[in-house]
Amino acid sequence: MQEREIHALIEQVRSGELPRRAFIQRLVGVGLSAPMASMLLMHHGIAQTQQAFSYKPTKRGGGGALRVLWWQGATLLQPHFANGTKDQEGSRIFYEPLACWDTEGNLVPILAAEIPSRENGGLSADGRSVTWKLKRGVNWHDGQAFTADDCVFTWEYAKDPATAAVTNGVYKDVKVDKIDSHTIKVTFNKPTPFWATAFVAAEGMVIPKHLFGPYIGGKSRDAPNNLKPVGTGPYKFVDFKPGDMVRGEINTNYHMPNRPHFDSIEMKGGGDATSAARAVLQTGEYDYAWNLQVEDEVLRRMEDSGKGQVFIVPSGDIEFIQLNPTDPVTEIDGERSHPKSKHFAFSDPAVREAMSLLADRKSIQEFIYGRTGIATSNFLNNPPRYRSPNTKLDFNIDRANQLLEAAGWKKAADGIREKAGKKLRFVYQTSVNSLRQKEQAVVKQGCQKAGIDLELKSVTASVFFSSDVANPDTYGKFYADMQMYTTTMTQPDPERFMDQYTSWEVASKANKWQGRNITRWTSEEYDKLFHQAEAELDPVKRTAMFIAMNDLPVKANIVLPLISRPRVRGVSLKLTTQLTGWDLDLSMLFNWFRSA
Amino acid sequence: MGSYILRRLMIALPSLLGISVVLFTVLALAPGDPFEELATNPNVPAEVRLLLRAKFGLDDPIWERYVRWLMAMLHGDWGFSFISRVDVDQLILQRIPATLAVIGASQILALAVALPVGVLSAVRPYSWFDRIASTMAFIGFSLPTFFTGILLILVFSIKLDWLPFVFRADISATGWAWWWEQTKQSIMPITVLGLFQGASWTRYVRSAVLDVVRLDYVNTARSKGLAERAVILKHVVRNALIPVVTLVALQMPAVFGGAIVTEQIFRIPGIGSLLIDAILRNDTPVIMAVTFVFSCLVILFNLIADLLYGWLDPRISYR
Repeated sequence: MQEREIHALIEQVRSGELPRRAFIQRLVGVGLSAPMASMLLMHHGIAQTQQAFSYKPTKRGGGGALRVLWWQGATLLQPHFANGTKDQEGSRIFYEPLACWDTEGNLVPILAAEIPSRENGGLSADGRSVTWKLKRGVNWHDGQAFTADDCVFTWEYAKDPATAAVTNGVYKDVKVDKIDSHTIKVTFNKPTPFWATAFVAAEGMVIPKHLFGPYIGGKSRDAPNNLKPVGTGPYKFVDFKPGDMVRGEINTNYHMPNRPHFDSIEMKGGGDATSAARAVLQTGEYDYAWNLQVEDEVLRRMEDSGKGQVFIVPSGDIEFIQLNPTDPVTEIDGERSHPKSKHFAFSDPAVREAMSLLADRKSIQEFIYGRTGIATSNFLNNPPRYRSPNTKLDFNIDRANQLLEAAGWKKAADGIREKAGKKLRFVYQTSVNSLRQKEQAVVKQGCQKAGIDLELKSVTASVFFSSDVANPDTYGKFYADMQMYTTTMTQPDPERFMDQYTSWEVASKANKWQGRNITRWTSEEYDKLFHQAEAELDPVKRTAMFIAMNDLPVKANIVLPLISRPRVRGVSLKLTTQLTGWDLDLSMLFNWFRSA
Repeated sequence: MGSYILRRLMIALPSLLGISVVLFTVLALAPGDPFEELATNPNVPAEVRLLLRAKFGLDDPIWERYVRWLMAMLHGDWGFSFISRVDVDQLILQRIPATLAVIGASQILALAVALPVGVLSAVRPYSWFDRIASTMAFIGFSLPTFFTGILLILVFSIKLDWLPFVFRADISATGWAWWWEQTKQSIMPITVLGLFQGASWTRYVRSAVLDVVRLDYVNTARSKGLAERAVILKHVVRNALIPVVTLVALQMPAVFGGAIVTEQIFRIPGIGSLLIDAILRNDTPVIMAVTFVFSCLVILFNLIADLLYGWLDPRISYR
């Protein structure tokens, strides 16, 4: 999608020709996130809309207990130490950020009085600062008032490297100043059109200065409130057993009227996805279950019991395969998959193109994922009008065979193609996950028909996704010919994700495999575009550059997108939730209610 | 006897030390990283991750980490979990009630089933009762707990909707209501574990009693005119139970950490699930603490089993 087209679309939204939602969907279709699309519109002065949601209860409390199941239980309740989304969700029951993202990419003010914009003076003209007005009359659970001091403190806490906060990356490059007791100003070191990072969403939860003050820096792990959260959220802390149970009771001083509806909340952890689905859909013991990574036909059978239903929430996650352009077998200087080595087969574009034609995405969607996955050929769902001519949802064994023959890979006696004595036999690795193993089997079958033999390898998730330098099976090491996993795209600003294909981020021994370019693919054009995008101030031009960058590794077939994976949740029929795919599940917990 | 106990305890200390060295080395050599989730998070700069590793001493050489751990243990500090940022002993203490309540109760159930059934089977060998009991025992210990667990869930929770299948360690009711709730949610896991254990114990009790029942003194007792019941209970069972008691004593440590599969299926927050979670997340302090306590318990119960055996059977003496 070109810059001109994006401008045209924005004007269409402004004149009312194109619904805002459609614009957002199109941008999501080319690989961007809904929050980013929404911010593009905001930047051009198109106000955001409120998502239509009718909250029915007329008084606070009286809803009984809300029981939610997170089969990966929260292990700690301090948002700035969170090890993954489960801890962020556990913390989110008690802590709140200034704003969160709803399902259409709109910013919803929570602790902010209003969303900053050019009109209300919140956003500066040079794009370098944001002024947030905080809500008045908000109290922490222990009665103290919530003020700008708490926001400034949260910034100091997170940016201090000695605190070792996992949110450090968001706060270290900004400066937060207190303007008055209920106003803060966030200043960026360069013009930032996508400004909603600090104090927004999961990384933005504000912690109280009067409790965490003495525990900044090296003493951060000693704070007693790490285990006894005191926040501003709809529920007050009652009890916590790491990995097992989080309990909260209603906050009668909550800053939104008639909310929350439930008298208590219980978040239970442990077990697996299938039994979690059962507890909500079949026995009704729980009202809500997170992340049901279960085959769709099993879910459908459970829904027949009539107690719950499965919600599919669109988000930006994609399951994809990476082809290794380097050689994972030869060791150079004690390092395999060395950036300077070349793969005997995948350095040939014809082989890569053949591989992209051999993944049967449609079958994977139909038989494995069902509702919970959508086959995709570009870095997400691509509506027909914007589909690049070369990337098609094609599963074409004959064409793959033709390509390979033409490139000189002839079938040997055992049916496997070879050239210059090297056979097309690849190791294909992924994490242990029943759906993934089935996907591997489907891809292997397709490849077999074209004369390519795949050896399937599965590594346990805690090892595959680790950054352990000594371990050869991590996805960062990529000591295999192909690997597969899911990438998430939840930030409003894709710049942090686009560095995944830059040449200076290539993961190698020199940087202890911490580099973010795991595919080890490099392209001068990509690097050039990236530098241009970094310096570009106009968000529309920048967006167009990101889209172009996004297309490069996909057209080169170094990255094969398979399935777009929305979030799958189990919800009791009586429970009304407000879910979003661009923020935490519990980000709008205050709006949940139960109908009789 | 006193000197025997002292000697055993003295031997136990170097064994425990050796065990801890092996455990620690294996864990240090094992792949995996407690901070792996941070690796995929673009918000966490590499410096912060490396700082966290340094903070928890993960980059120091193995022997240095081991000595540090040992010194801390001797001071009563069981360590600090990497994943939960909580003291390990607190984590373990939180889980003991649920573990004892469910796993402990299942051992009692196993005994309560194995003893009468085993004795009766042995007293009337090859009768109908014996044949049925033996078959059930074989089926019982052949079927794995994850199968029987899920079967019970399907029948009692889903089809009949009588019992909840997600265990809640903190029921808010009090008094009778609390007991009722607790019983309802505990019946299935206790039954699954208890019957599995009871099945193998039934066979042991049966063969132990069979060995004793054919001895001469039993005939004497019968010919003296004692009631059959008195013969069985006062003469046969007391002697037959000696090997069974030692077996049960050796099984006791399994309560602490042995029911991993059942805890997973029913979501019981027991020490077994704490251990498996810690292993999967490479949370070394927790793994060390739990396995170390487990080894201490094994050594302790071995000692108890030996002492019991010597006390019950006067023919055995200790030097």
